[in-house]
Amino acid sequence: MTEQPLIGEAVAIAAEPRLAGARIGVVTFPGTLDDRDAARAVRLAGATPVALWHADTTLADVDAVVIPGGFSYGDYLRAGAIARFAPLMSKIIDAANSEARLPVLGICNGFQILTESHLLPGSMIKNDHLKFLCRDQVLRVENTATAWTGDYTAGQEITVPLKNQDGQYIADEKTLDALEAENRVVFRYVGWNPNGSRRDIAGITNEAGNVVGLMPHPEHAIEAGFGPENGSGTEGLGFFTSVLNKIVGDNK
Amino acid sequence: MTETPAVAKPAESGKKFNIDTVENAARTPDTELPWAELGLKQNEFDEVVKVLGRRPTGAELAMYSVMWSEHCSYKSSKNHLRQFGEKVTEEMKKDMLVGIGENAGVTNLGDGWAVTFKIESHNSPSFVEPYQGAATGIGGIVRDIISMGARPVAVMDPLRFGAIDHPDTARVMHGAVAGIGGYGNSLGLPNIGGEMVFDSVYQGNPLVNALAVGVMRHEDIRLANASGKGNKVVLFGARTGGDGIGGASVLASESFDDTKPSKRPAVQVGDPFAEKVLIECCLELFKGSLVEGIQDLGAAGISCATSELASNGDGGMQVELTSVLLRDPTLTPGEILMSESQERMMAVVTPENVEAFEAVMDKWAVEYSWLGEVTDTGRLIITWDGEVIVDVDPRTVAHDGPVYDRPYARPEWQDSVQADAFTGSVQDAGRPAAPSELAAAVTELVASPNMCSKAWITNQYDRYVGGNTAMAFPDDAGVVRVDEETGLGVALATDANGRYTYLDPYQGAQLALAEAYRNVATSGAIPMAVSDCLNFGSPEDPDVMWQLAEAIRGLSDACMELGIPVTGGNVSLYNQTGTTPIHPSPVVAVLGKLDDVARRTPSGWREDGQAIYLLGTTGSELDGSEWANMRGHLGGRPPKVDLAAERELGQILINASRDGMVDSAHDVSEGGLAAALVESSLRYGVGARISLQDVMDRDGVDLFTALFSESQARAVVAVPRSEEIRFKDMCTARGFAHVRIGVVDAEGGTLEINGVDTLSLDALREAHEGTLPKYFG
Amino acid sequence: MPRIVVDVMPKPEILDPQGKAIVGALPRLGFTAFSGVRQGKRFELTVDGEVTEEILAQARNAAETLLSNPVIEDVVNVEVVEA
Repeated sequence: MTEQPLIGEAVAIAAEPRLAGARIGVVTFPGTLDDRDAARAVRLAGATPVALWHADTTLADVDAVVIPGGFSYGDYLRAGAIARFAPLMSKIIDAANSEARLPVLGICNGFQILTESHLLPGSMIKNDHLKFLCRDQVLRVENTATAWTGDYTAGQEITVPLKNQDGQYIADEKTLDALEAENRVVFRYVGWNPNGSRRDIAGITNEAGNVVGLMPHPEHAIEAGFGPENGSGTEGLGFFTSVLNKIVGDNK
Repeated sequence: MTETPAVAKPAESGKKFNIDTVENAARTPDTELPWAELGLKQNEFDEVVKVLGRRPTGAELAMYSVMWSEHCSYKSSKNHLRQFGEKVTEEMKKDMLVGIGENAGVTNLGDGWAVTFKIESHNSPSFVEPYQGAATGIGGIVRDIISMGARPVAVMDPLRFGAIDHPDTARVMHGAVAGIGGYGNSLGLPNIGGEMVFDSVYQGNPLVNALAVGVMRHEDIRLANASGKGNKVVLFGARTGGDGIGGASVLASESFDDTKPSKRPAVQVGDPFAEKVLIECCLELFKGSLVEGIQDLGAAGISCATSELASNGDGGMQVELTSVLLRDPTLTPGEILMSESQERMMAVVTPENVEAFEAVMDKWAVEYSWLGEVTDTGRLIITWDGEVIVDVDPRTVAHDGPVYDRPYARPEWQDSVQADAFTGSVQDAGRPAAPSELAAAVTELVASPNMCSKAWITNQYDRYVGGNTAMAFPDDAGVVRVDEETGLGVALATDANGRYTYLDPYQGAQLALAEAYRNVATSGAIPMAVSDCLNFGSPEDPDVMWQLAEAIRGLSDACMELGIPVTGGNVSLYNQTGTTPIHPSPVVAVLGKLDDVARRTPSGWREDGQAIYLLGTTGSELDGSEWANMRGHLGGRPPKVDLAAERELGQILINASRDGMVDSAHDVSEGGLAAALVESSLRYGVGARISLQDVMDRDGVDLFTALFSESQARAVVAVPRSEEIRFKDMCTARGFAHVRIGVVDAEGGTLEINGVDTLSLDALREAHEGTLPKYFG
Repeated sequence: MPRIVVDVMPKPEILDPQGKAIVGALPRLGFTAFSGVRQGKRFELTVDGEVTEEILAQARNAAETLLSNPVIEDVVNVEVVEA
């Protein structure tokens, strides 16, 4: 058994100057919970987190956007349904669909907001077992061609926390077939499907590969000792280094 | 088709209500008032009249009745609770920045950091409507933490329900757990631990306690006081509805003309989204130094907030009650004063900061209304459309309520209960001795309702949010990082044992403290402060009152001896079904400090070949134990308390953690060594080879007793080979009993104990984790 | 197949966080005509065969005991709908 690194031990890559210049926006809606965690992940990956407020009307020149988890507006109508209409969301939708293809990552509630925004197909309903579930979840990276997964290898298995009540991914058969045919399933649950998601889907991408959404929380697997106990505990950091390398590569 | 209840309409006169003004009260001294229905006793009502020099108005009666209730005034326990403030040394006060009496105590963590924590009960609402009761319990304790100026960083929930197989237990269990999850998960606060006890004594009266902890910089500490003449008083957050007024609908006849049909919900409904927004909004207010004083609204709502703010301030306060934003426009002034609507705060703001305050409210879309201002009159004046309906000295409402010296006496049955030892009892017949019997006994123990895995519950709680959780369930204590730069953090544990406390309330309360203290030290943290939630039956029963008095005396003595002060807490009385009280259940929370959470000690074994030591000595102490409980026996004397030994053990665990001498540590308590060994194995799925012969020889006990006795001041630690000499030398130097009982075995997948049939970890896990799903699906 | 529809609403005096969140969102999207929203639940109970008075009474009973929580909710409607 390998030695567990101490909590807070420097696990981040040294912030290369070329990466620190990258600005990654982290959106806060009323009811967002994991915004500070997403900002920490951005920082540990070596970039500069930029706080974005749902009512903002500009994207503050960020190079990418993370829509974090939580319960925006209490998730009372449907998860993500009200947040989708925030002023900032229309900017994000435009930027994601523009030629520049702004990289956008939606985590948990962020994923739900992206489906409500129609940036990603399908939707999430209540877990099949009907309970909130918090656990360390193994995922298989199925697609490394997206803006957020370039640092992983195809088929790599990573452990990140999963915590939600409405995590069951559903879409009609045609959409599911298309997602698989176009290699747009980015993550699948391994070992046990924790919520009844169709075809074990944990995360998907859009056609261009710049928008990725998933239910599990990579931003909670970035510091050893504060995340999953299996594996290194830092297997989510690749999301954030991937997008940095993508940004830096694009700007070369 | 069921009809929707008609919403009550205000009287059709020019005015909304026929208001009972102070002037009217003075003019009509003989008006009959429903003081008895509001829970006041004759002597208490007489006292109100004496204080005011006239009969109270309806609104004043509402205020006094809720503020002088047991829940708000601590009238039965106050005389005993004083000991927590009296039995304190200068050394214990050293790190106490704010003591008992405020919304929550504040302890200095160093580096400019302060921590505040408190535990409270929400028992009765959780029986009526488990989901909302448990949810609003979290909401209330979190607002206590915010109102100190702190950012809440974690919650914990000690729960005590009826028998696991009773049909009603599932209702309470499902509701309360879903409520805690539904509310807590939506606030972004990790749930880092708690307890789950099943016992039929809690059947009609479950205990749902909630703890919250928050952190702040020293300069951000806020207190609940209204000072500075001319400063504005503002109510913000959710609107005021009829929540929690319930049976007190006698106030509908506040105008004493009985025209208004009233239907008020006894149940408060929580809105976690509103609370989350309120947290962020308050933190922004604190950051901008925009409030002078702040108070959350919980029990007794506006009555409590106005009278406490004014009473703690340097002057008085005048507020206009029609300015309160209402969810239900039919509420009478008295109902508005008593409403327990959730997610509300009251603050005092200087005139210069009004604009900036409003900007923060607007940013977070939080509703607010300016109610009035701080005065220099020393009076709390409340008006309705300009007419004075309350004119009181706020101290008489908030602080100078009645205090009772309730009679108490050692129950007659106490001696016979204590004489009924487990050893040799009918239930002790056929005590396991053969290897196969002992293996079956260990398996049965770890599958029993109280000792089984609580993962089914805790997996419904978010333990990760915030990114600072260094330990959580199932480790002995929850650990949260406070400072990301230095790793400074806090550890928390809550414990209580109702059976021990039933057998001996003085000792039982001390045992609860000792266990929480030990759990915190086991994590490597230095215990610093205590918060307690004293759950007892009716104080009007001299037996129960004796239990309460003894428990407080025991707890305060033990705090003094361990050198950690009580900084706050809560008393919950009248916990009983009919006339049968619950076991006295003082739930004790201990908070400790870790200079670097990276050094925290988890409870499970990981490294093959590490040496396993048992610290402390084992006596034949089975009375009140989980084993006796499983056999249906409750009698005798609880385990001996040795606080000097607890302190020494704590020092060893803390030093060993700091100096890297142990890689895992688990306290030995309920379920004895058997439970500790199994839990240490299952934590990471790594077993061990154990021999207890040295323990048996040294302490003169048989194998069964070595495994199941609940002797205190013990812990099991795993020591890396390279540290073994240093560790033994430390224990020897401190004169603390230690014996090597085995080695970690990462390969076998078994727990081998000499004299016990080999236990496979898979089978143990199945037994340990299968119980809750079996009963609750 | 006939169905029995059961509508459950939060009691009028009970806080409805869902409705509150939605009523806050409506004007932001330009729907300004609505001053209140309350969110309830609709259940559809399928019946094999004819809905007799007895079955309807059972449905009412189920609505009061299981489908709604009488502490905080009201059953506001129980009716038969032909498929």
